[in-house]
Amino acid sequence: MRRMLGLVLLAVALPAQAQTMDHSAHEMPQSETSPAADPHARHDMGGDETIPKGTPPPVPTDHAADALYDPAVMARARAAMVKESGGMIFSQLMIDRLEYRVQDGRDGYHWEGEGWIGGDINRLAIKSEGEGAVGGALESAEVQALYSRAIDPWWNIVGGVRQDFRPQPERTYATIGIEGLAPYWFEVEGQIFLSHKGDAHLRLEGSYDQRITQRLILQPAVEVNLAAQDVPEIGIGSGLSDIELGLRLRYEIAREFAPYVGVNWERKLGDTARFAREEGEGASATSLVVGVRFWF
Amino acid sequence: MNSIALDRRTLIRGAAALTLARAFPSWAQSGTVGLRPAPGVLSGERIELTVGESHFATGGRSAHAVTINGTVPAPLIRLKEGQTVQLAVTNRLKEDTSIHWHGMIVPFQMDGVPGISFPGIRPGETFTYEFPIRQSGTYWYHSHSGMQEAMGHYGPIVIDPAGPDPVRFDREHVIVLSDWSPVHPHILMKRLKQMGGYHNFQKQTLAGLLAGKDQSFKERMEWGKMRMDPTDISDVTGSTYSFLVNGHGTPENWTGLFAPGERVRLRIVNASAMTNFNVRLPGLPMTVVQCDGQHVQPVETDEFQIGIAETYDVIVQPTEAKPYGLIAEAIDRSGLVRATLAPQAGLVAPVPTLRQRPLLTMKDMGMDMSGMDMGQNGVIDLSQPANDSMSGHSMKMLDPSVAPNVPMGPGVATLSAMPADRTADRPTGLEDVDHRVLTYADLKALEPNSDTRPPTRSLDIHLTANMERYMWSFDGVKLSEGAEPIAFRHMERVRVTLINDTMMPHPIHIHGHFFQLVTGADAATNPRKHTVNVLPGGKISFDLTADAIGDWAFHCHMLMHMHAGMMRVVTVRHEGDAA
Repeated sequence: MRRMLGLVLLAVALPAQAQTMDHSAHEMPQSETSPAADPHARHDMGGDETIPKGTPPPVPTDHAADALYDPAVMARARAAMVKESGGMIFSQLMIDRLEYRVQDGRDGYHWEGEGWIGGDINRLAIKSEGEGAVGGALESAEVQALYSRAIDPWWNIVGGVRQDFRPQPERTYATIGIEGLAPYWFEVEGQIFLSHKGDAHLRLEGSYDQRITQRLILQPAVEVNLAAQDVPEIGIGSGLSDIELGLRLRYEIAREFAPYVGVNWERKLGDTARFAREEGEGASATSLVVGVRFWF
Repeated sequence: MNSIALDRRTLIRGAAALTLARAFPSWAQSGTVGLRPAPGVLSGERIELTVGESHFATGGRSAHAVTINGTVPAPLIRLKEGQTVQLAVTNRLKEDTSIHWHGMIVPFQMDGVPGISFPGIRPGETFTYEFPIRQSGTYWYHSHSGMQEAMGHYGPIVIDPAGPDPVRFDREHVIVLSDWSPVHPHILMKRLKQMGGYHNFQKQTLAGLLAGKDQSFKERMEWGKMRMDPTDISDVTGSTYSFLVNGHGTPENWTGLFAPGERVRLRIVNASAMTNFNVRLPGLPMTVVQCDGQHVQPVETDEFQIGIAETYDVIVQPTEAKPYGLIAEAIDRSGLVRATLAPQAGLVAPVPTLRQRPLLTMKDMGMDMSGMDMGQNGVIDLSQPANDSMSGHSMKMLDPSVAPNVPMGPGVATLSAMPADRTADRPTGLEDVDHRVLTYADLKALEPNSDTRPPTRSLDIHLTANMERYMWSFDGVKLSEGAEPIAFRHMERVRVTLINDTMMPHPIHIHGHFFQLVTGADAATNPRKHTVNVLPGGKISFDLTADAIGDWAFHCHMLMHMHAGMMRVVTVRHEGDAA
C-alpha cells in the first residue's frame, strides 16, 4: 500500500519538476539584476523606473449605475454579467473506446468512457468501462461517480465511488486519484481503490496521441493494475495483477468522431494468472480491435 | 406535434433566407461607389435601430444571425462632431441585448454594457441612448450581451470633424472585417473548453517532421516538455470561420469602386469576434492616417496587423485602371478574405495563396533572451552590458516571483520571465515578410496629446491563461471569481503596463477612455488608442488620464477570452468619494 502511495505521489511530483527549462547552456548578455527579481529592469522604453508604484485609491463600494437605474435591476444584470465572465458551466460526454475485439476463442467487445459537468475547477464526472464476449456473458462492468478538482495547471484530483456490476459478487470501492497532462503531452491517470471488503488496489493508465497528419492519430496506451492482497473471489492476486498495452490508429473525420483500428494485448500476472488458469481461462489475450471514438 | 412545429420553423427560416440573405446596407453592397448619403447610412439627431434575428449565408455556409435593421453588418452611423444624437434601440430578440459604442467618449450610463453601465435592453423594449458627439474619426458599435457580436451584431460609425479634415481624400469606403461561423458561439466556446486545440488543423505532425517542416525534433521535445504548442496562434480558425469584408466572403467579392489617380480613404474596422488580421493590398502602398479614430502622422506601409476592435484609416492611390485585391489574412493563416477595389463593377482581383503558418518562438513565451538564437526575429539588445550572471541559471516558465500579485492556480500555466516591450516589434507572422510592416512604434499622434504630465503611479496587469483548460484572466483571477474593480482617481495619470503571460496576442480595450501608448520618449506624440494588441510573451505600457467618472468595462476583445473571465470593472471616482 505504501509503495502504491509512493507511485501516486511520484506522479504528482513529476509535473513540478518539469516546469523548469534549463537554459544554462545559453550564454546570455545580461544586466546585473536578476530578471526574476525585477521583471522591469530591462527593455523599458518609457522609463518605468522613474514612475513610483504609488498608492491606488480605495476600491469604491458603490456602483455608479445604481444612481441612475433601479439598483435591484442593476444587481440582477451585474450578477448575470459576472457569471458570464468566467462562471459558466460546461460538460462533455466522451466515449473514448467502443470497440469490437477479434481474438482467439470468442470475439469480444469493450467500452470505456467518461462524462463530466462543471466549471474550470470543480466538476462532477461519471466514468464507465467494461467488456464481454460476443454472444457470451458480460465479464466486467464498472461505473465510477467522481468529484474532480483542478489543483494546478495540469492536474486534477478525483475522489468518489466505484461500483463493479461484473464480475460477481458485485463490489463497491471508495477511490481517490490523480489525472492530468504530464510533460511531453502524456495523458496520465492513477487511482487507488479500497473495497467495502477492505481490499486495496491501484490502477495506473497512460496514453499519448501521436499526430501523423492533422487527422490521423496513433495512440499507444498502457494500463497496469496492482493489488495489495489476494482477492480470490474476483480472481485477483496480490502484487502486479495485470498489464494491458494498446495501439490504436484513429482517423478524426471530425474532432468528435473518429473510427479506429488497433491491437490490444492483455496479460494477467502472478496469482491473478494462476486464478485465471484455474478457471480455465488464458492468462493472456491479444486482439485486433476496430471501434469508434466519439464525444459531444 | 413536434415535427409540425419544426417544419414551420424551417419554413419561416427558409423564407427569411430568401428575403434577407443578400440584404446589405448600400455602403456595404458590392460595387458601391463609396460613402454618400443613401439608405443604409443613418445620420441626424435621431436614429432608430432594431435588433432582430435573420438568416445569413456566405460561401455556402448559412445559419442564424443577429442583425440590426435586418443587415450584417449593421447600418453605418454617420455623425458630425459637435452634434447631439439620440439612438433608439429596439430589441426584437427573445433575449436581452445592448449596444456599446466602441471608442466613443460618452457618459458611462450610455456606454451600453449590461451590468456595468446600464441594465441592458429587454425583449420588446426600446432604450434610447443620448449623448453629445465630442470627437471625430472611424469607430464601431456592437452588442455587449451574450455572444451576439459573434453572430452579426456589429456596425461602423464615421464621425466627420467639426472643422476641416486633415486627411485629404477623393473617395472613401468603409471596410468592416469580421469572422462568421454557422456554429453558435456558445458551442464554439464549449468545444474549446472540451478541447483547447479543437479548431487548430495546422498542428505539427510526424509527417511534417519527416518532411523537414516546422520545428526540429529537439525543439519539439523542448516544447513538449513544457506542454506548449508553437502552432497555437488562434483559438477559432478558418476551419469554421468564413472571413468577411462588409458581410461578403471571398466568393461574393465585395467591390469598392475608384477612378484611377484618386486618393481613396479606407476606414478599416476589425469587428471580428476572435480573429486578428494581417491586411494588405498587393501592389498598393498604404498611408496610415488614423488609428482607433485618432489622427496619426501619415506613415506609409505595405502591411499591418489589425487587432480585434482596432480601426485603421489608410489612404491608397491606385493609378492603374485595374482591380486591386484587399486581403485580410487571419494571423494563423487558416484563411483569408479577398475584396476588390476596381475601376468598375465586375472586375475581380486575384486571391493570393495563404502564406506559411507561423510558429511561435521563445520570445512569444516571454523569454526574450537577447543573444540566444531565437530565429529571425531575435533582437539583440546591445545596450545591455554583457556578463555571465545568467550562466548556470535556469529559466522557469512558471516562476511565481516574477508576478507576486498573481495567485498561482490552475488558471495560470505560464508567466513571462523576461517580457520584452514589443511595441516596435513586427506582429506575429510578419517578422520576416519582405515588405514594410507597420509597428505601433511607427504611430505618432498628429494632434499633440493634451495631457503630457508624467504619471504619478504605475500599475502592472498580467494577462494570464491556461490554454489547455481554456482559462483566461487578468492577474490570474477571472471576473467571475469576485475580482475587485481596478480603481482610479478622477484625473490622475497612471502608467499601466500590460504583461502578456500567454502565447497569444490579446487586444485589450478600456471603455470610456483613450490612453496614450508609450512608444517613445515624446509623451506629446504617443498614439492615442482605445484598444491595444499586446503581443505574445511581451508587454506594453500606456499612460491613462482617468478623465471619465463612472464604472467602465476593461477586457480582452477576444470575445471568448472575455467570456472566460478576462475582464474587469474599472472605476473612476473623485478623490475621497469612494464610499
